[in-house]
Amino acid sequence: MKPKLLWLQSITCNGNAHSFFNHPDFFTILSSFELIHHPFIDTDHSFQDVLQGAVPCDILVLEGSFTESGFTKGGIEVSHLMKTYANKAKHIVSVGTCATFGGIFKQKDPDTISGFCFDGEEKTPRYETYASRLISLPGCPAHPQWISFVLMMLASNKKIFIDEMHRPVELYGYTVHNGCTRNEYFEWKIDTKGFGLKEGCLFYEQGCQGPHTKGSCNKILWNEVSSKTRVGTPCFGCTEPHFPKTALFETPTNMGIPRTMPLGIPRRAYLTTTGIAKSFKIKRFQESIIKYDS
Amino acid sequence: MSVGNIYNYFSSKDILAREIIKYTSEALGAEIRKVNMLDISTEEKVKKIVEVYFGMAQKKPEMIDYFLRVYLSHREVFSDDCEGMVCVSGFITEIMIFFDDGVASGELRNQDFFSAFGLFMGYLGGMVFLKGEDILPKEINAYIDDISYNIFHALKV
Repeated sequence: MKPKLLWLQSITCNGNAHSFFNHPDFFTILSSFELIHHPFIDTDHSFQDVLQGAVPCDILVLEGSFTESGFTKGGIEVSHLMKTYANKAKHIVSVGTCATFGGIFKQKDPDTISGFCFDGEEKTPRYETYASRLISLPGCPAHPQWISFVLMMLASNKKIFIDEMHRPVELYGYTVHNGCTRNEYFEWKIDTKGFGLKEGCLFYEQGCQGPHTKGSCNKILWNEVSSKTRVGTPCFGCTEPHFPKTALFETPTNMGIPRTMPLGIPRRAYLTTTGIAKSFKIKRFQESIIKYDS
Repeated sequence: MSVGNIYNYFSSKDILAREIIKYTSEALGAEIRKVNMLDISTEEKVKKIVEVYFGMAQKKPEMIDYFLRVYLSHREVFSDDCEGMVCVSGFITEIMIFFDDGVASGELRNQDFFSAFGLFMGYLGGMVFLKGEDILPKEINAYIDDISYNIFHALKV
């Protein structure tokens, strides 16, 4: 029997639903489930049925930030709906950074808006009740193949190994830095001269958070083609609990030293290797990668 | 140890020259690292770093002299395998950490690293140079308080 999938939205921009729509095998994946409700796809159940708490649910996909009161649909507090179906579901998947940590919409009212089980890095009061069934898929939006990975693993009754924030380790064990095509420039501390260029690293001046952001965007590419950092835009750290930070296109520094070190790298080690790397002028890194004959 | 024996350990004068500067840098860096690890204000750390530098100038003047009069003045000797910061990274890294901590704690003004570095190290190096030329009327330690005050107030927020 196919698991019953209910996609429920709270305070959201729909970005994760849109992202999932871009999956090249979207309908094949959905065919593994009995779709009970989706914000954009007609199903056998009306939204009125959902509001009454009457529909079945094996897998609850939550999209959007959570607030205990003040956000209603059809006159019903969405928080009540979320808890009603979370109590029924065998698995709860918080899709997107808003549903997981609070995200963009948390900025409207940081004291009352959060993720479903996490408020930034802290656990919410709901965590103890739902943690055993929770999978976190932060991202702004979550990558469609991250969503499909989790859904298909659940449909196959396969164990998903998760970290302390319930993120699948096979997706979030990497940093966004892994697989970036600019890694050589990072090693030799070559700044890029601007956005959109093939050459140079975006970490030192352009605000790239890839070295300290968990995610597999440079391994599982967007649209199967590329990533933000590959095309020359800094990583915004959108999978992390404190997303969004401010000044996303600038690297915060203290006297030229990045305030946030690459993940797990001691500051002393980083500064020592940086100093040595910057001492050398490697000719190849001063030139364009691709030279066209005139 | 005979001069010839030294060449059993260092195959050329250039390699010996590089090892001496690395040794000097690591020795100074180790002392500044101790200061960086202390739970004290940035102002107090400035004074302790000045004390370390002037202390070394007094107890091991040959090391600071070597840095100022050989390393800085004869860069051609160090052009291979001592590019940039390679041979002084032990010392430079600790100064960077000092500045990073100072800005993070809100005590030092956030500015270009080399502007701050030049002010701090140029000042200390200049005083040691004057000492070496026997121009200072007082012992170098007599200048610690004033120099620490000047450095901190030049760099602070």
